[in-house]
Amino acid sequence: MTEPALTALGLSLKVALWATGIDLVLGMAVGYLLARGRFPGRELLDALLTLPMVMPPTVLGYYLLVVIGRNGPLGAWLHDTLGINLIFTWQAAVIAAAVVAFPLVLKGARAAFETVDVQLEQAARVLGVSEFGVFLRVTLPLAWRGILAGTLLAFARSMGEFGATLMVAGSIPGKTQTLSIAVYEAVQAGQDDTANLLVLITSATCVLVLVLASRLAPGRSVSA
Amino acid sequence: MSIHVDIASTLRAGARTFRLQTRFEARGQRVVIYGASGAGKSQMLKAIAGLTRPDAGRIELSGRVLFDRAAGVDVSPQRRKVGYLFQDYALFPHLNVRQNIAFGLQRGWRNPPRRGDSDAVNYWLQAFELDAVAQQLPEQLSGGQRQRVALARALVAEPAALLLDEPFAALDPALRVRMRAELDALQRRLDIPMLLITHDPEDAATFGGQVLTMADGAIVEERFL
Repeated sequence: MTEPALTALGLSLKVALWATGIDLVLGMAVGYLLARGRFPGRELLDALLTLPMVMPPTVLGYYLLVVIGRNGPLGAWLHDTLGINLIFTWQAAVIAAAVVAFPLVLKGARAAFETVDVQLEQAARVLGVSEFGVFLRVTLPLAWRGILAGTLLAFARSMGEFGATLMVAGSIPGKTQTLSIAVYEAVQAGQDDTANLLVLITSATCVLVLVLASRLAPGRSVSA
Repeated sequence: MSIHVDIASTLRAGARTFRLQTRFEARGQRVVIYGASGAGKSQMLKAIAGLTRPDAGRIELSGRVLFDRAAGVDVSPQRRKVGYLFQDYALFPHLNVRQNIAFGLQRGWRNPPRRGDSDAVNYWLQAFELDAVAQQLPEQLSGGQRQRVALARALVAEPAALLLDEPFAALDPALRVRMRAELDALQRRLDIPMLLITHDPEDAATFGGQVLTMADGAIVEERFL
């Protein structure tokens, strides 16, 4: 009973870590662009990228199937040129989780970058520091708390991802069956003990992440 | 110093547009640009530092062309070698006094160490009586100390000229008088060219030099004090 549960937990952690890592890199880049860039369609882009937060995960899963499935544009290209088939792999679960959780990192990063006074960046520029140096030495140190809080929420959301994941990665025990999907399967099969254990593990992980996120949330003084 | 500015820009804020059409030549070590708030002084100063890009025109500082739209010259703010004192000082809130002053001396992707030992930084810490607060964060400083840190941060890099945006506006009246005298003495001692913008006639009177009056984005009067 415990071993499959631990396998599912390990898979969930692996998927969530990869998804969060991808979201962190992309979310910081796009968040910075939205906070500092002045271009037409900025708010439209923000709205489009926020869609995964409000759309039903099954709808997202369907979109993903259309794009990365064997007959989809990206899926067909991957299959024909690299011989890769994403559907029903843990990588597909990573993509699903990354898409669903992306708005959380993006929102956090954009808001955090917007709180950084532009004048501080200008001061650094006049002092001769390169653009990337300004980002690493001024912008990021002043924004990282907000970014990290959003990232932790994205991690929690990735851990709990169910609908989109089920559609693109399926429920193969030991391969694509994450914690939240294993809970569903256990309940369906009437295995209450397994379900209880899985639910406890999931709840504990989520509480832990939320506590961490609230401790790091902006508003607390830097020295705290 | 010789400074030659001839720039035009149109600024839009919502439905409002503001036309900046500034043209002046200044010589000497002290230049004051005086005008009411909203006259375009800050925009003009930012353009000299390279923080905003005018639509057209030319900026020349001590023989160096910093901006020339027609010739396609636009030197980056990093390479203009000007010091800039922001109105509210823009000290880095996450760095202590020593790190703030050393900021421009340290190249690359990392901030200067908390307890550095650079001769240039030590010199300015001593000159501005900031030794005792070297390890403190900007939020823990008094108004006068903040201004000194900002001045030290700009001067340590040995800029070709110092641009000052309303340097005394953030201070209370008593402190304002003292800091004016300090800046006056500093300029005499270093003999560094300074271009100061202000809306306070007292600043213009005390700081002296060449005083240009600005209104509605243009220079309308020139005096020598």
